Amino acid sequence: MTPDDVRSRIQAALPDADVSVIDTTGGGDHFDATVVSAAFSGKGAVERHRLIYAALNDAITGPRAPIHALALTTATPEEYQRK
Amino acid sequence: MTDELRKRIADTIARGRVMLFMKGNPAMPQCGFSASVVGILKQTGVPFDSYNILADQELREGLKEYSSWPTFPQLYVDGKLIGGADIVRDLHQKGELTKILAS
Repeated sequence: MTPDDVRSRIQAALPDADVSVIDTTGGGDHFDATVVSAAFSGKGAVERHRLIYAALNDAITGPRAPIHALALTTATPEEYQRK
Repeated sequence: MTDELRKRIADTIARGRVMLFMKGNPAMPQCGFSASVVGILKQTGVPFDSYNILADQELREGLKEYSSWPTFPQLYVDGKLIGGADIVRDLHQKGELTKILAS
């Protein structure tokens, strides 16, 4: 998988999201994603991660899943501005 | 998922107040993310139990569905999913993890 693939999958589920994805090893299987979306408003960390995992579920689970590791950072636009 | 597996998962989560589902065991983690959570938990000094999901393929796959969480490690406190490696690290950095573990 490419970082662009990961990003477009997340954006398909969260259309307003700003998503940046880094391939941390260059091997197409370890990614680091930062996702900024208003959909996270009022949601805890577990619910936020679940939204993203749901968008990528088949790419994460199963013996041939292309994603082996996915580190996530999430924020609402307001939280992101404060950083 | 069968009711039997669902019950076995619930029972396993209930084995410890602070329960870590990980790859390997605390003495020999088989994955960097599991190792990082073990390291953080040890820093807090709070005792925890762990379960090696690499040794139990059925529970490993079942727990992903049970908790709508497709990755490991997974940390539970009082039966509630606290999160994986990213969330545990964030909570630790914000100083909130010890409160959650102590509650």
